[in-house]
Amino acid sequence: MSASIGVVVFPGTNCEHDAVAAVDALGGEGRLIFHTDTSIGDVDGLILPGGFAHGDYLRPGAIARFSPIMEAVRAFAEAGGPVVGICNGFQVLCEAHLLPGALQKNRGLTFLCQPSTLEVASTSSVLTAGSTIGDRLSVPINHFSGSYTCDIDTLRALAEQDRIVLRYADNPNGSIDSIAGIANEAGNVVGLMPHPERAVSALLGSEDGAVLLRSFLDAAASASVG
Amino acid sequence: MRFLAHVDVRLRHGIADPEGATILRALPALGFDSVASVESGRSFRVELDAADLEGARSMAASLADRLLANPVIEESVIEVEPLG
Repeated sequence: MSASIGVVVFPGTNCEHDAVAAVDALGGEGRLIFHTDTSIGDVDGLILPGGFAHGDYLRPGAIARFSPIMEAVRAFAEAGGPVVGICNGFQVLCEAHLLPGALQKNRGLTFLCQPSTLEVASTSSVLTAGSTIGDRLSVPINHFSGSYTCDIDTLRALAEQDRIVLRYADNPNGSIDSIAGIANEAGNVVGLMPHPERAVSALLGSEDGAVLLRSFLDAAASASVG
Repeated sequence: MRFLAHVDVRLRHGIADPEGATILRALPALGFDSVASVESGRSFRVELDAADLEGARSMAASLADRLLANPVIEESVIEVEPLG
């Protein structure tokens, strides 16, 4: 069966239609969920897409974290539901403490909008279960505050628990340990700065994002059966 | 009683401050050749009501910690004064 995926829209989100289109193209059913909603409905998985939620005021994700919908997002995540935060969505998940650490301004204060090469570092997450460790994927990045950081104890825990799921091959933004994406302990909540939804067709320059999103859709479909 | 809290949010020691570094690099163009360092940050002025100065301080510290600053990368310095 196909997975129903809720795509959460905050004021200032701008990648929600890309996310829905990618989900649909890969055989799922994407639907928009608004920040003022208090229920996510009967979806099997959630995407927090990119953009500038609440204008990125204060810090990216700092205000979005208090949106009415976030209580339901948290409950879904804590119940084991597959959740992926892309770019601004990753920042929201960190501010909401569903993932550890924070995203700071890129090294060199440069806005980066370019293809990036990612290396799969762990397959213990809903986003990377369908790939192989060491796989190299070309997926675009598009961000100003994408340099992942955390304290040294958190970094050690992430590494020991196999929660660093994606690394940059050339670390364009100065992230600690070249981290491009991490997962929570259970592996059902993943955040990443690159945009897999913009890399699902050769026409877009790469279809390497499809292996990630397909894995996410598979996890959502089986979660719904279970 | 009404109080005014000055909350100064700055990056923790060791966290990269590309904004400060960029400003530092720009200053010599204006002739400021003797600036040794620049740190960027944000400052907030928050008016709040509390029973006394201690209560106002504690509320300011709590809202700074929970919203104005991200403790992973930032720290805040708070000063509170009575208003009126």
